[in-house]
Amino acid sequence: MYKTFSELKKVLRKDTHPNKAIKVALLGDTATQFLNIALKGTAKTEGFELNIFEADFGQISRQIMDPSSEYYEFDADYTIIFESTHKLLNQYYKSSDFSKNFADTKISYVEELYQAIQSRTKSRIIYCNFPIIDSKIFGNFSTKVESSFNFQLNKINYLLSQEIAVQKDNFFIADLLSIQNKWGRDFMFTPSIYINTEMVISIDALPIVAHHIFSIIASLEGKFKKCLILDLDNTTWGGIIGDDGLEKIQIGNLGIGKAFTEFQYWVKALQKRGIILAVCSKNDEDKAKEPFEKHPDMVLRLEDIAVFVANWENKADNIRKIQRILNIGFDSMVFLDDNPFERNLVRENLPEVCVPELPEDPAEYLEYLYSLNLFETASFSENDSERTRQYQVEARRTVDLESFTNVEDFLKSMNMVSDVQPFNSFSKPRVSQLTQRSNQFNLRTVRYTEQEIDNLIQSEKHVTLSFTLEDKYGDNGLICVIVLEEQDQETLFIDTWLMSCRVLKRGMEDFTLNTIVDLAGKYGYKYISGEYLETSKNQMVKDHYKNLGFTCENNRWILNVNDYQPKTVYIKNK
Amino acid sequence: MDRNEVLEKLTPIFREQLDNEEIELNAETTAEDIEEWDSLSHIQLIVAIEKAFGIRFTSSEIQSWDNVGEMIDSIISK
Repeated sequence: MYKTFSELKKVLRKDTHPNKAIKVALLGDTATQFLNIALKGTAKTEGFELNIFEADFGQISRQIMDPSSEYYEFDADYTIIFESTHKLLNQYYKSSDFSKNFADTKISYVEELYQAIQSRTKSRIIYCNFPIIDSKIFGNFSTKVESSFNFQLNKINYLLSQEIAVQKDNFFIADLLSIQNKWGRDFMFTPSIYINTEMVISIDALPIVAHHIFSIIASLEGKFKKCLILDLDNTTWGGIIGDDGLEKIQIGNLGIGKAFTEFQYWVKALQKRGIILAVCSKNDEDKAKEPFEKHPDMVLRLEDIAVFVANWENKADNIRKIQRILNIGFDSMVFLDDNPFERNLVRENLPEVCVPELPEDPAEYLEYLYSLNLFETASFSENDSERTRQYQVEARRTVDLESFTNVEDFLKSMNMVSDVQPFNSFSKPRVSQLTQRSNQFNLRTVRYTEQEIDNLIQSEKHVTLSFTLEDKYGDNGLICVIVLEEQDQETLFIDTWLMSCRVLKRGMEDFTLNTIVDLAGKYGYKYISGEYLETSKNQMVKDHYKNLGFTCENNRWILNVNDYQPKTVYIKNK
Repeated sequence: MDRNEVLEKLTPIFREQLDNEEIELNAETTAEDIEEWDSLSHIQLIVAIEKAFGIRFTSSEIQSWDNVGEMIDSIISK
């Protein structure tokens, strides 16, 4: 699945026009020219263009500590700091006495870098952690010697997470150590190349390292995988349910069954983390569901699956159907199938769907899938695990809607209630996450970290609103985010208007606008102004303001507060 | 493997790594003759040649060659 370095380099020569340009500063203490190329190539294959500022190597402190440096002039969206274990080892050797404080000193230094950057820019920081160089000075005994390099190195990697990444917004770790764990040091590092060029990542490892680093950027930019679609026979369990029957399919602790059981535990863990699961299988539906309902060794149960499609139609059409129900982009879907024919059919018809080339032997599925790092994320909140249930409810709603002839009757029957609140510390993680995840119903696609949300809460120039939506089928949770900014004394500008696509066509837009106008009136504003910034994904809200009755003036959409007639809605305030 | 066979095997590697189908190699070819052959792409060449021939160059060999001929000598000596 990974392109080679040469292939990435060739991608860069292709004359395509990626839809989004991002400014990245790459600061390293070893040669980073190849990493630069690999990052650009990786980004381009994902539809992004990286504009990279690469400092001469060994300039990390100077660039970051000097406010007048080229780095600050460049004003990066992301700052990648890549310090090598080789330089770290060198510092350790040079330090007068082998010190128990080596790790703590290093961590303070990284914190200083972080603070310096945060105080001057809005750049997010991606810091590469340290692959291990085990110099075997103490052998295994180094685990008992606190002052040994091994001990201190492990401590640094731990403290980077514990003291910085966990505590601070805008600081992300590129887990190079995990890459070394997976692929091996001899794969990741080529001594002869290092000696000749001062490069510490082998050519073969570069695409993997670039993928890991860029995944962090992509997910912060709202591009990541949200849904895993599973084939059943020989993917989720061994054997063919239609032929072998419930008793004969392979799953459980015996033989190859163990591979499928462990695979299912992995899938279940993804589901708990918030990945939506769907099934797409060529089977009779009742037979396909039987193991989920009756087999004692099945880890996955029907309630884990948001959309279950089993029939004899072609899989590309079925995935389109799943996409329509879930209302998420094809590029956020992963499809796993043991059958090369089905994989190719889906790849040809739906090139945006990620279709890993599963190994022939099910025993190897997991290690292969681990190697791809498919499910990078930029946030995690408690209600992520609720997502499957919400999509299931949505599927039921879709079916019910079809039974009403009149939409208003349907909406009335739903008993919808919305809780409207300014942002607060409870909603902060979810609000930040929504700004990062929402691509379709998002007027300006401004992404906010939790820290930036904090700033909005404190700001006197901003008014914030979050909306939940509850109905007779259940609670959708927080589904709409509004950030209003005072443009002048008379005008309130809608900096952010985003909504979860789950709640479309329920009058939520009207309810939200009623709320905004009401608020604007209370604060004495005369106008509300809105703006649509086009991305490749937010076509659905192109005419949003027009449809709501705004008029266009100089690329901004304006609404007169005093002339506004509240719209009829079937949603009540909680 | 004789020198000509090595040269024949090297040519497609150079073309592929340097992304130029027009490259023709002989023993006297130097980096100055090929525009794309700079110190960075040299590293790509080394790694690709090592893979294709199943060998590993020493770190001093990597910077020692003056032309393709000397590179071929190194490969044959493995």
